[in-house]
Amino acid sequence: MSPSRLYTPSVMPPQNSFNVTGSFCTVENISECILYINQELSSLGFPPIFRNQDGIRDVDAVVALNNIYDLLQLHRQTVGMMEDLEVDQLKSSSDLHYQHLTNSRLKDQLELSKKENMRLHERERQLETNMKTLQNCLKDAKEEVQRLQGIIASRATQYSHDIKRREREYSKVKERLNQLLIARKDKHGMEVLNYVGRPDGRRCLWKTGKTEARHEGEMYKTLLNEFDNRQRELMMENMELKKVLQQMKREMMAVLNSKNICKKEEKQSNHVDQQTNSDDEENSFKELPGMSCDHAREKLTNSIRQQWRKLKHHVEKLDNQASIVQADDNEEMISKQVHDEETEKLRLEIQQCKEFIQTQQQLLQQQLNTPCDEETGAVLNDCYMLEEKERLKEEWRGFAEQKKNFEMERRNFTEAAIRLGHERKSFEDDRAMWLKHQFLNTSFGDHMKPQCRMTDELSRHSVHEEKNLPISAKVSKSHL
Amino acid sequence: NFSEVLKQSNQLSKVSPDGKYMATCVQYRLMVRDINTLQIVHLYSCMDQVMHMEWSADSLFILCAMYKRGLVQVWSLEQPDWHCKIDEGSIGLVSSRWSPDGRHILNTTEFHLRITVWSLCTKSVSYIKYPKACQKGMDFTSDGRYMALAERRECKDYISVFVCDDWHLLRHFESETQDLAGLEWSPNGCVLAVWDSCLEYKMLLYSLDGRLLSSYSAYEWSLGIKSVTWSPSSQFLVIGSYDEKVRILNHITWKKITEFEHPGTISNSKAVVFKEMEKSAVVGRDDLSIHQLTVGNSLFSTQSKYEITQLPTQVPVIKPDLDRANPKIGISAMAFSADNRYLATKNDNMPQSLWVWDMQRLSLLAVLEQTAPVRCFNWDPCRPRLALCTGNTRVYLWSPAGCVSVNVPVEGSFQVQSLFWHCSGNSLILLSKEQLCLCYMDSDDKK
Repeated sequence: MSPSRLYTPSVMPPQNSFNVTGSFCTVENISECILYINQELSSLGFPPIFRNQDGIRDVDAVVALNNIYDLLQLHRQTVGMMEDLEVDQLKSSSDLHYQHLTNSRLKDQLELSKKENMRLHERERQLETNMKTLQNCLKDAKEEVQRLQGIIASRATQYSHDIKRREREYSKVKERLNQLLIARKDKHGMEVLNYVGRPDGRRCLWKTGKTEARHEGEMYKTLLNEFDNRQRELMMENMELKKVLQQMKREMMAVLNSKNICKKEEKQSNHVDQQTNSDDEENSFKELPGMSCDHAREKLTNSIRQQWRKLKHHVEKLDNQASIVQADDNEEMISKQVHDEETEKLRLEIQQCKEFIQTQQQLLQQQLNTPCDEETGAVLNDCYMLEEKERLKEEWRGFAEQKKNFEMERRNFTEAAIRLGHERKSFEDDRAMWLKHQFLNTSFGDHMKPQCRMTDELSRHSVHEEKNLPISAKVSKSHL
Repeated sequence: NFSEVLKQSNQLSKVSPDGKYMATCVQYRLMVRDINTLQIVHLYSCMDQVMHMEWSADSLFILCAMYKRGLVQVWSLEQPDWHCKIDEGSIGLVSSRWSPDGRHILNTTEFHLRITVWSLCTKSVSYIKYPKACQKGMDFTSDGRYMALAERRECKDYISVFVCDDWHLLRHFESETQDLAGLEWSPNGCVLAVWDSCLEYKMLLYSLDGRLLSSYSAYEWSLGIKSVTWSPSSQFLVIGSYDEKVRILNHITWKKITEFEHPGTISNSKAVVFKEMEKSAVVGRDDLSIHQLTVGNSLFSTQSKYEITQLPTQVPVIKPDLDRANPKIGISAMAFSADNRYLATKNDNMPQSLWVWDMQRLSLLAVLEQTAPVRCFNWDPCRPRLALCTGNTRVYLWSPAGCVSVNVPVEGSFQVQSLFWHCSGNSLILLSKEQLCLCYMDSDDKK
């Protein structure tokens, strides 16, 4: 039997029909049961559980057990398969359900959007009809306006024609009236006591061709004068404006050049700028005021425009940099505030210095100008030397002190000299006494050597004394 | 500082061009007074009520025109017994004026049939045919050499330029206007401004020799030009129109350099708005009974002074009736100050306000709002000082320093209808219906 027959539903017996009590097989019908089971098993593809060889229906236990085991396996498999199938069925049923739900939801949405679409269509239609009506109204209004303008124009022409007609009639009437009045030779005229002279005292001139020419000439002269005046004024204004423009250009160039020299990044453009600037300068100096040809004018205005553009770029760049780099230590780019403060400080300083200088000048002026009397002059003169005088006085004092010291020392010296003199005198006296004694005491024989010795000693002493004497003499001399 | 009140009629009172005398007409009498003492120097009697009186340019003669009788009488100041009478006869007389040399009188006959030029020096009489009857058809240059006259022949406008010396026709050319309303020479005498009637906004500028220099039109269809004035230096031509705007053309390109608007709400401006406030004498409403009213006029004398109002402020506007002709809307009067710096304008639908513009900055300087419509305003010929009157008993003065309102201290009420300055700028002559009064200014600027 093919295993596919295992999957027939007839294989799955309901669980509750498992008879555990054994009501299928009893003691009596064992053989029938065995036969039946044999049949069933063989139909299922299992080997028979017994062999029908000699009529002995012996159940082959091994085979039977194998068959039972196989049956159990089969059963398990089928149960597992059944479970899987159940799960699958559940899954698919839930999917189906979900699909149903989404389907219904989408259907609802579709309905709604269809309704919305219908509504919008309706609205659009209404607006279109509105627009059409408004356009029609506009067209009608325009046509009305044109019609009215046409009416106005036609009425205007009609009125002007009418007016012309009436004017002609009127002028005819006037002519007629004029003729009638003139014809009437009406009393009209001027009665005057005597004729008055002309305001400028001259006589009246005859009307001749020359006077006519003169009048024409005068008229043209007036006109020409007026034109001349106006042209002069315009020329002056033009020159002033040109001067202003030139000055502006020069200043702008100066500003740009000074800025350009500082900036390192723009060295190349600097070179180019300088080139163009030097060109411009040449041109501007060549353009003397008074050049009014178009070319020169254009050049001037173009160069001004160029410079202004450059200056504008530069200022914009500076602004950007200032906004980006707020607290920068770069000495070229200090913030505007700091710059302002510094300039204020400098200005104040300058002001103060100026005031100081002014006061100084004033005082000096006063000094030179005010005539003072001698006393005050002397006092004033003196007061300039006061310091020096004080110093001199100090020095005098110093000198006086020193002088005193010198005096004292001199006195000391003289006293010392006097004492020395006295001592010498006493020493001389002593020596003389000693010599005398020696001379008296010693013999003539010994006189020579001791004399020599003594004369030597004497000479030595005298030399010393002579040395001393001049000193004391000098001292005494100086003392005197 | 006010003088006594004198009588006059027809608002005829003029100061001589040299400023020494003042001539006044009362009915048919002409009185010439010395300006300083106001004593009558000469008294003349005319044959009829004097309708128009004019001094000659050299202050030697006065003409008195009596339109009803068609008579013009000329009086001399040097020779009081000299007389001259010009009779136009039945042709009638509509207007009469002096020529600038003071020796010719131009009479316009009725229906503008012709202009007769009478000469006081010679016996010659000249006739000019076809003068146009319009707002301002004749104008003399300020140096008195040329006269421009508008003429109309065969439904076309022509302009004739005459040499006033001998009335020789210098130029005669067709004007490109539909219906010429007026012409005016520029103060330097070289350009003639010609404008069309209010049905068409067209301003034409002709040179002295008749060439068309330029034409200007601001808009079409609406009512156009209402008033025109030149600036004293001939630099600007100012056109006031019915659209409540003032347009200024410059004399080099004849193109509009700016326009001044007169809006109903003033805001966003550096102008000063002076509003006249009236303070009546303190009278409770209950007290205003009959016996109070009969007590002297002093009850009704109100004090008024100017107050400066903050911007934005509304200007009182009176909407005009647009169905009628010549609607009261638009700039009807404009005047330049003598130094060319200020322009005063009056917008007809804001009749109580006077606008003063600074010509150096081309912007609004001040707005004077009065309690009654402004009747008349004039600039001082020497200083930038403006005097105006509104028909009540006060005269108002404005100068760049400020403005002041002065009560005319006269017995009885003196309603100031018009005023004009003495040529030295030292005094104002105020005219009421039947009286005139002089107002002397202080030597230093009256604030």
